[in-house]
Parts: sequence; C-alpha cells; structure tokens
Amino acid sequence: MQAKINLAVGAFLVLGLLGMLFLALKVSNLMGASVPKGYQVYALFDDIGGLKPSSAVRSAGVLVGRVQSIDFDDQRYQARVTLLLDGNVKFPKDSSAQILTSGLLGEKYIGLQPGAETDMLASNDRIVMTQSAVVLENLISQFLYNRSSSEPSGSAPTAGQSDSLGLPGLK
Amino acid sequence: MSPSSPLVFSNVCFGYGMRPVIDSLSLEVKAGEVLAIMGGSGVGKTTLLRLMTGLVASSSGSVSVFNQSLSGVSHQDLFAVRRRMGLLFQFGALFTDLSCFENVAFPLREHTTLSEQMIQDIVLLKLESVGLRGAAQLMPSEISGGMARRVALARAIALDPELILYDEPFAGLDPISLGVTARLIRRLNDALGASSVVVTHDVAETFAIADRIAVLAPGKAGARLVAVGEPTSLRESQDPYLRQFLKGEEDGPVGFHYPAPNLSDSFFGKASRP
Amino acid sequence: MSTPTPPGLRTRVESLGGSFLSVLEQAGAFLLLFLAILRRLPVLFARPRLVAAQVHFLGNYSLAIILVSGLFVGLVLGLQGYYTLRRYGSEEALGLLVALSLVRELGPVVTALLFAGRAGTALTAEIGLMKAGEQLSAMEAMAVDPVARVLAPRLAGGLIAVPVLATLFSAVGIMGGWLVGVGLIGVDQGAFWSQMSGGVAFYDDVLNGLVKAIVFGLVVTQIALYFGYSARPTPEGVSRATTATVVVGSLAVLGLDFVLTALMFSGF
Repeated sequence: MQAKINLAVGAFLVLGLLGMLFLALKVSNLMGASVPKGYQVYALFDDIGGLKPSSAVRSAGVLVGRVQSIDFDDQRYQARVTLLLDGNVKFPKDSSAQILTSGLLGEKYIGLQPGAETDMLASNDRIVMTQSAVVLENLISQFLYNRSSSEPSGSAPTAGQSDSLGLPGLK
Repeated sequence: MSPSSPLVFSNVCFGYGMRPVIDSLSLEVKAGEVLAIMGGSGVGKTTLLRLMTGLVASSSGSVSVFNQSLSGVSHQDLFAVRRRMGLLFQFGALFTDLSCFENVAFPLREHTTLSEQMIQDIVLLKLESVGLRGAAQLMPSEISGGMARRVALARAIALDPELILYDEPFAGLDPISLGVTARLIRRLNDALGASSVVVTHDVAETFAIADRIAVLAPGKAGARLVAVGEPTSLRESQDPYLRQFLKGEEDGPVGFHYPAPNLSDSFFGKASRP
Repeated sequence: MSTPTPPGLRTRVESLGGSFLSVLEQAGAFLLLFLAILRRLPVLFARPRLVAAQVHFLGNYSLAIILVSGLFVGLVLGLQGYYTLRRYGSEEALGLLVALSLVRELGPVVTALLFAGRAGTALTAEIGLMKAGEQLSAMEAMAVDPVARVLAPRLAGGLIAVPVLATLFSAVGIMGGWLVGVGLIGVDQGAFWSQMSGGVAFYDDVLNGLVKAIVFGLVVTQIALYFGYSARPTPEGVSRATTATVVVGSLAVLGLDFVLTALMFSGF
C-alpha cells in the first residue's frame, strides 16, 4: 500500500517536472538565452525603443546572438547596448546595427548588416554605424514637418535621425 | 495520600465560564484497584476524565498523576505522563483511515523505535487479549460498535499503561458484549498490574468488577462526591440520592419533572402558550 | 441620556460591531493555527511518508480535474484568442497569447480555485469529522500532537501539490491552444511556437507564475485546515465549514492574485 502511494507520488512529481521542462524549453526561451562560446560587442543608440535584454540579434533573418544588457551612457547621453554574438560567426568591423520590429505587434530586435572591411569585430569592439528604433511620435512630427516645409525647401534630416519616412538608412 | 497513588484529586474545582461543573472534589485512586465513578448523565463524569488526562485544566485545586501535578505542567512532562496512561473513549475514537491493526500499532509507531516484526507481535498479542486478532486487517467501518470499542481498548493498552481510564465503556452494548467488556476490564487491570478508573452509569456490571465506587451527584456549585466505598457498603447506604440512583427509582432527589410553570397556569391561564 | 437611538438601528449597529469582532477573532485564530503548523513543518523531513500520503491524496486525486480543465481552458483560449487577434492581423501571436495567459494568470489561479473546491473541501470535511469523532482528542490523550501528526503533513502536501498541478494545467492548456490554433484553425506552426518562446520569459513569466502557485497552495490548504479544525462537530457544522473553505479560499486566491500580479508584473 505504501509502495503504491510512493509510486503514484513519484510519478506525479516526475509529471510535474516534465511539465516544467516543457514550459522552460519549448514555451519560454530559457535555452535560447545562453549563446555558446560568444563574444561581446557594444553599440550606441539614440533611442532603443522597446528593445529589451535577451532580445534577439539577427543577421539575414538568422539568430546570431542576444542582447546582453542595456545601459545609459551619461557622457554621450546615448543608450549603450551590449550584444553577445555567437562565437562561430564573425562580422566585419564596419557592420551596422539597426533596431527593427518583427511583425506588427512584435518586439524589437537588432538587425546586423555586414560591412565590407576585411578586419573582423573582436571582443569588446564597438559597432559604429547604428540606426535607432522608429519612434511613432518622431515619425509623425517629421511627416508633418516635411509636409509643411516641402513648399519652401525640403530641409535635410538632422544628423542622427532617419530620413523622412523612417526607412532604414545609414548614419 | 499514599505515595504510590497513580491519581490524586485535591479539592479540584472546574467550570465552563460562569457555569460550575465540579465542586471541590477530592479523590484518590489506589494502586492496582478498579475504581468506578458513577453518577447521572451530564453530571460531569467525562469532564473528570478530561481533567485526569490534562485535556482540560482545573480552575482550582490540583490533579496529580504519577506524582506529577498537572497544573501548569510543561508540554514534555504532560506527554511523559500520558504515555503511561491509556484512555478509552466512549465510542472508541478509532482512526477511521487506518485498519484495526494499524490503529493498535499507532502508539507503538509514534512512541517507540521497535522493529516492524516486534510491533507486529505486540499488536497481535494485544488484539488477542481482547479477542479480535482475527479482525486485524478490517477497517473500523467494517466492524460493529462493540468490536470497535474492544480494538480501541487494545490500542489503549498497547504501551502497557499503569493507569487505564474508561469513558462509559458499557454504553449501548448488548448483554454479551457487556459481560465480555466488564471481564476484560478486570482481567487486563490485574494482568498488567495497573489501576483502572471506569466512568459509567451502569450499576450491575460495575458492582461486579469494581473494588471501590465513587458516586457523583449534581449540586448547585457543581457535582460533588456523595459516597466513596466498596460496593457492599454503598448498597447499605441510606443516602436518598444514592438509593434513588442504585435502585433506579423514578422520583427522589432527582425530580421527575423538568421545572415548568404551575399546571393550572399552563392549561387555563396566561402561561398556556409554550 | 441624550436622544435614544431607535431600537432597530442600535441592534443593527451592535450586530455589525459583533460580526466585525468575531471576524477579527477568527482571523487571529487562523494566524495562530498557521504559525503552530509552520513550527512543526521541519519535523516532517524525518517523516516523508506522511507527506507523500498527502501529496497523493491532494495531488494525484486532483490530477483528473486539473488536466481536463486545463485542456478545455487552452482550447477556449485558442479559439477566443484567434478571433480577437485576427482583427489586428496578428494571428501568428496566438501561441504567445495562450502561453502568457496561462503561465502568468490562468494556470496558478484556476488551479487554485479548482483545488479549493475539490481538495480543500475534502480536507475540511476530513479534519472536521476526525474532530467530531474525537480522533484528535484520542491522539492527544496518546501523547501524539495532532497538529504535527495530522495538520502539518496536509499543509506540506498542499504546498507541493498545487505548484505541480498549476504547471501541468499550463502545459496542457498550451497544448490545447496548439490543438485549436494549429490543428483546427491552421495558424502557422512555426510562428505559433517561435512567437511564444520569443515572448515568454522563463524567470519573469514562468517562475513568477510558479511563485503564485506556491503562495496559493499554502493559503488554500491552510484555509481548508483551519475551517476543518474549528468546525462544530455536527453535520451542519461540517457542512458550513466546507462551504467556508470554498468561499473564503476562492476570494483569498483572487485577492492575492491581484496583489502578486501588481508586485511582479508592474515593471512592465
């Protein structure tokens, strides 16, 4: 009788453990959060939008790393994003990082576009070319600004901002 | 007060809030005897048992068991005292989720570190002494009330107590079970060398087995002891309450009628509505 | 004497004050019992069999209702979620919707509510009847502490069983959502799972949900034990106690859920 109870309780707990494993691995991103043999690089952004730590870093749509941490640089008044990239993947020193959105309701991720140099990014290097997240209010004000100033002369977008419709462009 | 008395009541008073139940009771249980405590229903006999086991505390006076006073007693000392006592509840109070065997084994498992084999031997012996070794594997719901009470008795003596307390052991039993139970109480008491206190209102069986009988009568300040003595001396007593109790007379110090307004008022007057 | 208050009003105010005081009294007794049981929990490490028996009684016996309910809730979430998301062209986020709803809220809360109804009432009735049959007094008279022997293992059992049940509820619910979303309606399988794993954080969502389940398990089991232990030893008394367990237990779960959610998820 006691043996039967022990068996049932053991099975119950094992079932619970399996359920928890399912929730951890398939449902949430526990495994995905750790990238093996990675190296860190960082990038500065004017506005990170809704980018969060452990957001994805993709290149050509493929996951190549994760956002490790996001801090505020109070010398330059910019966001300093630390990326953990997969050790098997190398990027040229002049690669660019943009903050993109996946899907309409989707979340922010970082897209890496490779550059043309032969030297590769090493650990603790900085990605110089960055494109901030699209912020809706800025978009609207730009649109209105461009419309109102399109008669006299279309003024060039200020440094550090994307062009009028927020299309990705290099800084 | 002999030093070897397992149980001594000294001027014990007890009440529930404003209502006094026991009035200055003094009683001593002699080692090795079967003492019966008798009295009408509701007089406070069960309360006495609860005072004896420390389930309730007296408001004044002292109860001492095995020379240990129970007033302000520490948890450990109380438990040590209880391990030397066996208490048989009125309807057995068996653990309904355990078999008869497991019920009797319970005190052994909780208080000793005996091996499983030893426990099995002891349990079967205890059940044998109450005649229910064959029912060991049955559940309490599968046996009759009388049998349940006997299993509870086996459980109460599992640790070979020095003092056994019985709460109305004869209540609701058929004549055969009555005889069996009475004889068991006497036999176990003598075999274990223990003392027994039997709370009951069954006159015939008690007189057959008790060494001494104490009779409680209700009083305004609580129940009080009307007589303590051997069965023969009680039978010869002239106390009116005692005579009414022992003979089972309809009217006497304990009146037949519950207090009510005047008869003519009830039927013809203002008090006609109940 | 100033102007006399009308008798109806006075008795009503009196009875209000009286009930308030009795609620306070009950709350005090509840807390004392809880502390008494907590003090006896460490001893249970030496008696795992008692706890195992309770995990079996509370957990295994609730498995059927939890799994079936989880499945149904997942199926409904899949359906309702799809119709709502479709209006915004975001059907692919269905997996995310189902998973977050279950893991953060529905898993712990619905499991706790069902547990209060199924296992909580069983506990209350059992303890109440044991008390009525003098089994607890018999134990005390045998120098066995009924709080340690009867109540503490049951609290430990509930504490272990409820989080396991909540996890299984969420897991089965997610599979139910998958059945409806991917199997029945035709949402893209890849999007279903990838959006889900992209959006469900293990520490913030899954573990927080687990913490909720642990708290709920503790509270509901303790409530069931309290009402059973303090029940009047009559049929009406036990019946009232089981009702109280379900009502008070459910309200406590829902109230605590709000507090815990505010504490845990307000960062977002």
